[in-house]
Amino acid sequence: MTQSNQAVAAEHHVHRDDVGAKMGMWLFLFTEVLLFGGMFLAYAVYRFQYPEQFKLAALELDTTMGTLNTIILLTSSLTMALSILALQKRNKFFSIINLLLTIFFAFGFMINKYFEWSAKFSHGIYPGSEELLNKQNGEIVFFGLYYIMTGLHGLHIIIGIVILTFMLVFLIRDSITHDNYVKLENSGLYWHLVDLIWIFLFPLFYLIH
Amino acid sequence: MANGTIAVSEKSFYEESTNKYKGILSWLLTTDHKRIGLLYLYTISGFFIVGVILGILMRLELLAPGETIVSAQTYNTFFTLHGVIMIFLFIIPGLPAIFGNFFLPIQIGAKDVAFPRLNLLSWYIYIIGAILVLISLFLPGGPIDTGWTFYIPYSVRTGTNVSMAIFAAFVLGFSSILTGLNFVTTVHRMRAPGMTFFRMPLFIWSLYSTAWIQIIATPIIGITILLVIMERAFGIGIFDPALGGDPILFQHLFWIYSHPAVYIMILPAMGVVSEIIPTFARRTIFGYKAIAFSSLAIAFVGYLVWAHHMFTSGISDTARIIFSLLTFIVALPSGVKVFNWVATMYKGSIDPKPPFLWVMAFIVLFSIGGLTGLVVGSLATDIHLHDTYFVVAHFHYVMFGGTGTIFFAALYYWFPKMFGRMYNIKLANWGVALFFVAFNTLYFPKFILGYMGMPRRYFDYLPEFTNLQVISTVGSWLMGITMIVIFGNLIYSAFRGAKAPRNPWGGVTLEWHIQSPPILENFHEIPTITREPYDFSQLEEMKDDSK
Repeated sequence: MTQSNQAVAAEHHVHRDDVGAKMGMWLFLFTEVLLFGGMFLAYAVYRFQYPEQFKLAALELDTTMGTLNTIILLTSSLTMALSILALQKRNKFFSIINLLLTIFFAFGFMINKYFEWSAKFSHGIYPGSEELLNKQNGEIVFFGLYYIMTGLHGLHIIIGIVILTFMLVFLIRDSITHDNYVKLENSGLYWHLVDLIWIFLFPLFYLIH
Repeated sequence: MANGTIAVSEKSFYEESTNKYKGILSWLLTTDHKRIGLLYLYTISGFFIVGVILGILMRLELLAPGETIVSAQTYNTFFTLHGVIMIFLFIIPGLPAIFGNFFLPIQIGAKDVAFPRLNLLSWYIYIIGAILVLISLFLPGGPIDTGWTFYIPYSVRTGTNVSMAIFAAFVLGFSSILTGLNFVTTVHRMRAPGMTFFRMPLFIWSLYSTAWIQIIATPIIGITILLVIMERAFGIGIFDPALGGDPILFQHLFWIYSHPAVYIMILPAMGVVSEIIPTFARRTIFGYKAIAFSSLAIAFVGYLVWAHHMFTSGISDTARIIFSLLTFIVALPSGVKVFNWVATMYKGSIDPKPPFLWVMAFIVLFSIGGLTGLVVGSLATDIHLHDTYFVVAHFHYVMFGGTGTIFFAALYYWFPKMFGRMYNIKLANWGVALFFVAFNTLYFPKFILGYMGMPRRYFDYLPEFTNLQVISTVGSWLMGITMIVIFGNLIYSAFRGAKAPRNPWGGVTLEWHIQSPPILENFHEIPTITREPYDFSQLEEMKDDSK
């Protein structure tokens, strides 16, 4: 019984469908877009409701830090794509290096974010703070949205770091190879989505004055 | 379509496992879609019973005006939990997760779903969500009392365990999304050779449409719930009017999910009806493509009608008129389905077995529910009936009378295939009859009460409502007895019933071609499909095969 079960179990996992796996991933990314879409909708509603106060609040954000993080994330998307490309060209070493760089940039983004948020906190701007509650309603909502949207995005970066670290281990252990790399590709898709969301967050919070 | 028919029955999926374990672990770690379907069946039925008991307790409280058995606060938590359990733990996952898991791969001629391990993960996420609901009952602060709609600002102000309970709904939504994307990928990638989209059984079409709604709509409730939790924890001000937020925005975001969610609940039920009617009328379905496309149309238009829940919330007249119009439009594809089902039966050779009788009960109850939906869907009448028992009655007629009835229909239709045993037909017929009487006794008085002005969710009522309230409560007792009859029959039969043949009802879709219960990988070899799904000319041939 046990023997035949194992044989069946082995046979059961042979089924491999890369197109299907990618389709599943795209569908998942679609749900992510909608998840953030709900918040972009809230942003649009309140931007329309409090245009002046949003402008005022946006002046408090540090555009330099935001720009730096944008550059970091865009570069990490490049290294992610290079990592997959290198693996397709059977260059495992270059693939690992690029994946390491991607994880490095992800940490860089989070560290930068940490300093940015700490600066806000030290100015007394955080949800529920006295400083913030003394401001106008529109500014309270702006910073509420700012913390929630960049916070949830930051959470996605952290999840991304975990996923990419797993991919690194798989890559080193050869369970991701040049002819079976759909896991790495799917992680790449996820990473590009996280990047893409930032590309929308950045102008909405930092650039529009 | 004959797939190397072998007369001797072989080891079923009960006897052969996908992993190396035996006993309970072979179930808890299984990746077999049939076993996962059964895991869902057991857990979901369990929560359904809990929901029923809560409902009966609520009716008991309403037996007489004033406090009868519980306090007002307890009554608030009762109707909230009844709603949360019935909606998030029973009716949304119900049909897709149980019967979809079990029969989607079989009906398209596949060995399993596209992502078997993800499928098991979805079940575990469902269980985690359920456990979170249970934990929220016992934390300090007490069980949630907001109603299942969690309306702001009360859900931010109340001291009860709102955050934990709605986080459970978030987790359950995640399970729903993963099941949805698994099914969409499965339908696209795993169909057997020759199984074109227009040769798929209509149950698959409905599951496919449902899966799309699960993917598109569920993230919105996810983010809405997260925002409410953040609002409660940190006071971010997005929904709280005191901080500049807009409570109406919460209602919009909530219903952008929760209205499509009623189609997550009803579409698979419509799919099951489209399976059962041809089988028992011995006739191919009338208007196959119309039914298939009407599923997609419901999925699409159903996404654009959410604000009809908000006619009295203070939105603009223009918006109200547009949403009222769209609501009427969504009734059209539902009507298309009902007419096609009835036309299928016309001149059919009808065999009124229990599943067919369940479907008859469905058509009557769902039509009442659907038509009263038009009453609350039109602006002028809704202003009068909003937030009264009329809405409660309408909702229970479409959800319990619709999806709930079909939950039993599906159970009685596929039970022989799932468990390999037959149940007592006579008792099953009695079950349907009792259900129909109990259901109408329980819910029809609510239409009248609502029309007379009885508001929903009230713990107390005026003395002139007493008679109808008592009738309704008696109905709830009848319903309790009916549940014992319905489930008792099945539970007894699962152990002691006569062995079921391959094809007890004379169905022709793929699941009736394989043995009962199926083997681990469903088919000895993947079948090649050459016919329409409801081509009954093959029935004679199938009889020869099973000998």
